[in-house]
Amino acid sequence: MTINIDPIKDDAGNSGPVLDIDHLKVTFATDGGDVHAVKDVSLQVNQGEVVAIVGESGSGKTVTAKTILGLLPETATSSGAVLINGNNVISVSAARLREIRGKDVAMVFQEPSTALNPVFTVGWQIAEGLRAHAGMGEDGHRISRREAKLLAIDALRRVGIPDPETRVNYYPHQFSGGQKQRVVIAAALALNPGLIVADEPTTALDVTVQAEILQLLRDLRDIYGTSIVLITHNMGVVADLADRVVVMYQGDVVEEAPSRVLFAQPKQEYTQKLLAAVPHLGRNSASEGMKERAHQHGKVLVEAKDLTIEYPGRLGSPGFKAVDRVSFTLSEGEVFGLVGESGSGKTTIGRAIAGLNRTTGGSLKVLDYEMLNLKERTFKPHRKDIGFVFQDPAASFNPHLTIGDCVAEPLIIHGNPTPAQARQRVRELLESVQLPASYAGRYPHELSGGQRQRASLARALILNPKLLIADEPTSALDVSVQAKVLELFKEIQQEFGFAALFISHDLAVVDILSHWVGVLYKGRLVEQGLGRVVMNAPQHDYTRRLIASLPVPDPEEQARRREENRALLTT
Amino acid sequence: MSTVSPLPIVADPRQPLFKRLPVISHFNKSVGLQRGMLVAGLVLTGIFILTALLAPLIAPFGFSQISDADGSFPTQEPPGGKHIWGTTVGGYDVFSRVVWGTQTAIMVIIVAVVMSIFIGVILGLVSGYYGGWLDRVLVVVADAVYAFPSLLVAIVMAIVISGGRSSLIGGILAAAISITVVFIPQYFRVIRAETIRLKAEPFVESAKVVGASNIRIMTRHIYGNATRTLPLIFTLNASEAILTLAALGFLGFGIEPTSAAEWGFDLNKALADTTSGIWWTGVFPGLAIVLTVLGLTLVGESINDLNDPRLRGRKRAGGKGGADAPTAAQAALEAEARTL
Repeated sequence: MTINIDPIKDDAGNSGPVLDIDHLKVTFATDGGDVHAVKDVSLQVNQGEVVAIVGESGSGKTVTAKTILGLLPETATSSGAVLINGNNVISVSAARLREIRGKDVAMVFQEPSTALNPVFTVGWQIAEGLRAHAGMGEDGHRISRREAKLLAIDALRRVGIPDPETRVNYYPHQFSGGQKQRVVIAAALALNPGLIVADEPTTALDVTVQAEILQLLRDLRDIYGTSIVLITHNMGVVADLADRVVVMYQGDVVEEAPSRVLFAQPKQEYTQKLLAAVPHLGRNSASEGMKERAHQHGKVLVEAKDLTIEYPGRLGSPGFKAVDRVSFTLSEGEVFGLVGESGSGKTTIGRAIAGLNRTTGGSLKVLDYEMLNLKERTFKPHRKDIGFVFQDPAASFNPHLTIGDCVAEPLIIHGNPTPAQARQRVRELLESVQLPASYAGRYPHELSGGQRQRASLARALILNPKLLIADEPTSALDVSVQAKVLELFKEIQQEFGFAALFISHDLAVVDILSHWVGVLYKGRLVEQGLGRVVMNAPQHDYTRRLIASLPVPDPEEQARRREENRALLTT
Repeated sequence: MSTVSPLPIVADPRQPLFKRLPVISHFNKSVGLQRGMLVAGLVLTGIFILTALLAPLIAPFGFSQISDADGSFPTQEPPGGKHIWGTTVGGYDVFSRVVWGTQTAIMVIIVAVVMSIFIGVILGLVSGYYGGWLDRVLVVVADAVYAFPSLLVAIVMAIVISGGRSSLIGGILAAAISITVVFIPQYFRVIRAETIRLKAEPFVESAKVVGASNIRIMTRHIYGNATRTLPLIFTLNASEAILTLAALGFLGFGIEPTSAAEWGFDLNKALADTTSGIWWTGVFPGLAIVLTVLGLTLVGESINDLNDPRLRGRKRAGGKGGADAPTAAQAALEAEARTL
């Protein structure tokens, strides 16, 4: 290597904060009038420091992050100052802003698969930033194609991509999700910016991959002295990485404190509530105190024996086995938690039980109906005994129907109620999910995410089903809302006594609700047992790795866990 | 968090019905140049529709009238006096024929667009929802229809329906059916694409899970969500329908002057006049075509822009509520490109 990259930028050395946001205000013009996304935010980031901006949706954290790079849409007006190495991003010219981007501050996006252009090699995309800034370098000469490639290889090596000399010529689809995020970070690092803004950098990734990316970001800080602004809603990630935490709520900074102080003694009421709502692995387990599997003598509602679900491949290539010889049973009144990362087949199993996917092998009996060779006409009578709660409450309601119509729909399909009966039943159901009865006349977009998910639960329960399938029902919700919905779910399950299959990627959430937990890995059920037992004494290597990867919202404990599990995570 | 809602913003259903009607809700959303374009389009379209409705009151003479109590009309008389836009070589009053022509145009639009919307929407829903061989066959047919020049279809239809004779009904039906045949694939494709997208939406799956029948899913859940773009295609197709009708008339497959007034036919007859410096017989029907098509296209393009939150300009304090200027120019260009 002939090109020398300084580990630490000299000019940013001891000259005050890398980023200084002073009384920032951002206002959006929308159809419904002006929206004040960021009201009054001031914060500073010093060199080599990781500052996390946390908050729930609508808190203005992403808008703040985008302002740092001058990426706000045209409808936004901003005032105040965002100083990066003495340049005010808000007021500089477009040309100067382009110089600042990449050189002084770079961004890592949430979704690595969309942040990379699929038709160019990753090397080209990393070099693009270099070439855009060529001629402005210290020695003033244009970076040649060859030099740019060498720099790209070096950047890939720094983010831990194996064999960067070959991989530099790969296209994005040839990398896995975690590696793609590494490439995005490499592109951000290519020009050695003093500051990286990472907007939910691990939200789209599985926990085991998340642990790797968090380690990489930590290395950037420790080895290269890069400052990082971390935008996230995940308190575990904050506890794992951040030095200082800024809590935002509805466009304002609520609290700012060093990470350890904030988690130990949150001062503001909002922060306290937020932290209390975060599910913590090993606390509040549903199977607490259980010695053996509950309800095991009850009637078996779902029985899978060597269940295999295969998606057909393209012509000539073999099919993809989403579910591979999985066997389990689910009895009356039991809550079965199914955990796994993306691609583990957990959603496929849930959909197969609801008759949305076809099974291709083995046997799956749902309410004594064999799902292999499912016929919609013969299965339809069973549908009234199965409720389904979808992941995204925003998309699972028809935007043209009122909540009342949506909730009443199963009743109208399977029974023949008079409009008054239907209204009465909808009112009862809305009350049991703690929604005002007047909400029946509202349209889905007039409800918040948590309210919509409650309504969705009401819809699933209106026929008093024997079985409820909940597919990641809380993963689209904010933590405080998630906590309330989980609590409601628990209460209602006890009240109605239905059996439930609870599908989630979040171990902590599954543990709160489920008596019996199954862990899926690449289509196989690698472990099942009492929730408490699986979480505390995992048997399978994968379960161990999964639990070790999950960051807990407590910096001290998380640091200890990280050390303990280092060996497990690097394998 | 600036998460974009997966479904486009619909007009707030709680507003009174009046404010939710397509064009009115768009008008309320518009601002600046976009509003100007929309208003210009609406005014032109409004004049067009009013003229058609009030034709008997506005037109001083009948469309096929060549004489009145004072005797026969003079032929090729320049504008002025009793005949404000002059008379043609056959002695028809140009102004009256242009006014009566709006009625013919509007009838063709209504028949053509209504037929194609009904057939196109139904086929699109069924094809997109069920998929399989039915879908494949319909798509191939739709593609094949695209290959037909609409004029060819129109000529064939004119012969089939009226044996080549050009009566009012025959002429209008020939134009309308040919336009229908050509437009069905457009509605079909738009609705089919939307249906396929919506079929994968969780709310459709959620209806399936509770056991809703296919018909119920199609009518209750997909139909309402798939037809948002129809006002746009409607206005754009309306202008195309007029152009087809005019082209048919120009080629001589239109409607005889004794059956109805038709701009394309008048343009054809005006061809011979141009060499002798008689401009009024051609300019006025031509202008009528241009302005009607321009009006409808402006409305359509504005609705298109206003439907898309990214293209829509917004009011804001101290900001520019600008619309993109090239759109107006583009609309005119497109209108131009559609003429023969």
